[in-house]
Amino acid sequence: MATQTLIYLFVGLSFALYIGIALWSRAGSTSEFYVAGGGVNPVVNGMATAADWMSAASFISMAGLIAFLGYDGSVYLMGWTGGYVMLALLLAPYLRKFGQFTVPDFIGTRYYSKAARVVAVICLIFISFTYIAGQMRGVGIVFSRFLDVQITLGIVIGMGIVFIYAVLGGMKGITYTQVAQYCVLIFAYMVPAFFISFLITGNPVPQFGLGSQVNDGSGLYVLQKLDLVLQDLGFAAYTDGSKSMIDVFCITLALMVGTAGLPHVIVRFFTVPKASDARKSAGWALVFIALLYTTAPAVGAFARLNFVETVDGTPYAEAPEWFTNWERNDLIAFQDKNADGVMQLSSGSAFAGAPEYTGRTGASGERTVSNAPDPASANEVYVDQDIMVLANPEIAQLPGWVIALVAAGGLAAALSTAAGLLLVISSSVSHDLLKSTFRPNISEKGELLAARLAATAAIVVAGYLGIYPPGWVAQVVAFAFGLAAASLFPAIFLGIFSKRMNKEGAIAGMVCGLVFTFGYIAYFKLADPAANIEANWLFGISPEGIGVVGMVINFVVAAAVAKLTAAPPAEVRKLVDSIRVPRGAGEARGH
Amino acid sequence: MEEDEAAREAEMRERHDAYWRENVRLLITLMSIWFLCSFGAGILFRDYLDRFMIGGYPLGFWFAQQGSIYVFIGLIFFYVWKMRRIERKYDLDD
Repeated sequence: MATQTLIYLFVGLSFALYIGIALWSRAGSTSEFYVAGGGVNPVVNGMATAADWMSAASFISMAGLIAFLGYDGSVYLMGWTGGYVMLALLLAPYLRKFGQFTVPDFIGTRYYSKAARVVAVICLIFISFTYIAGQMRGVGIVFSRFLDVQITLGIVIGMGIVFIYAVLGGMKGITYTQVAQYCVLIFAYMVPAFFISFLITGNPVPQFGLGSQVNDGSGLYVLQKLDLVLQDLGFAAYTDGSKSMIDVFCITLALMVGTAGLPHVIVRFFTVPKASDARKSAGWALVFIALLYTTAPAVGAFARLNFVETVDGTPYAEAPEWFTNWERNDLIAFQDKNADGVMQLSSGSAFAGAPEYTGRTGASGERTVSNAPDPASANEVYVDQDIMVLANPEIAQLPGWVIALVAAGGLAAALSTAAGLLLVISSSVSHDLLKSTFRPNISEKGELLAARLAATAAIVVAGYLGIYPPGWVAQVVAFAFGLAAASLFPAIFLGIFSKRMNKEGAIAGMVCGLVFTFGYIAYFKLADPAANIEANWLFGISPEGIGVVGMVINFVVAAAVAKLTAAPPAEVRKLVDSIRVPRGAGEARGH
Repeated sequence: MEEDEAAREAEMRERHDAYWRENVRLLITLMSIWFLCSFGAGILFRDYLDRFMIGGYPLGFWFAQQGSIYVFIGLIFFYVWKMRRIERKYDLDD
């Protein structure tokens, strides 16, 4: 069968599976809609959490990022896994014992204040929307490259699928669809990784392959060879980083704490039956995540090696098919600086910014770009990092069904995360804003309807952001983590571990952490991007890592304000006492 | 009767406090390991560790891209196991 037919077949089958599961597991009550009735097996929940967590960024972009960052890519590997230790040890079991539906529920009740709840809702909506726009872009990329449909149509189809199972099924539908999506995405990620690891090193297990010798008789280890090849071309060695140690430290910490503070991840632990199950579930989630995350550095290194060896010194006229395919999709460009028709790779970028194609073809048949060439670099090839995972099977010349599998896997990753985010957005609107703040008398049926309407509205907004991505979305999507680290995490952590923390302290802390982090990021990313260089950064910390400083500010302000104001009332202290012990966690309940 | 009640309540509070102290002690130990294997081995002491090799991996690089993740998994499941025992000991399991 032709590759294209296989792609339609695989993607079609996986979509049919998701819709089938959604119809089978419709939500009938608010408890089922918000937390799947609180009866999900911890291992199943772990798998759903892994799918929820691993987004288009993990599946499509991460290995490519590591391929180009080398050692510096470790910040994502440690940052996006280490947070689960914090979740399992510091947050999840206590939040499950608390036993309500949403993160603002906890903050609103623990800090006995509607204002605290509303601040939490604002943090949550902001974090979730910046995150979801990235998912929709992932859906668009996969559709346009593999299914040959317009990005817009691709996003509309993706919205339709998510609509069916998120709006009908709520958390219950999402949980079981995510289990299926995890299976699809991990299979799709591992199969090409096995193949490529075997081709390059003779060892099919990528985690070992990356530490093995290259299969070419040179006796060099993969990482040694990669270092040599890259240094030959003037790049930094793969195993050396170019970021400063304090920046690597802060980015890693911000990603870890941010992970632990992301509402769509936390809410998954509200769905298991018991507090001890929340711990177990976080462990399983990390096992399922680690499978992909320990494979990604191998995929990244192999992809970089393959890419350099296939492209560097090859005349454009003889460029492989995948190269011209991705060039057609605007994600690769060749700018023949020395007019010899041969593609040269080197450190530095070919030109500044994204390629602006002129619509004409150059001497060798390449699509010419109007960007001014960067005189400081001999590099002639622009490549979007996002293509590394998607193009990898093609670069390694794997069979068509593997390519089809990767297309289905990329969609599974993007759709599962989008659905999880939509759910926390809709429950924060229907439950936290309507039921708990502005319309306490709303009936269960009315609340369920409001949740579904809010989910629908959120899908439309997310789709719009995907189709017409405003410039700022791509710039700030990674900062959802910084904001979560600086706002929600400290408030939740202090709410559990400090009985003295009161509403004044928590609100002041959240607001200061959020305003500082948001201001720093907005200044360097939006207001004055030219100033975004190491010399101007506070303590040499980039905007990616600044959430750590925001978090420290949050803790300090919260502690100081709480010391100067009245202690929380007795019943709140009692609440803290009760969430600290696991006994007596019932089904997740409303008020 | 009332004295009984008060005594039982005091005993219960004591049990809760002892349980919580033991939990916090365990948390501090485990979070220290968490910090040492990721921020320590993978970032702060990486240059020193990179002098040693584990297969084809420089050791610090291995911790940063592989090892720390395995340690994270081990930490969570150790905590699950240990907490079960602590909760049984204080009769507070769920």
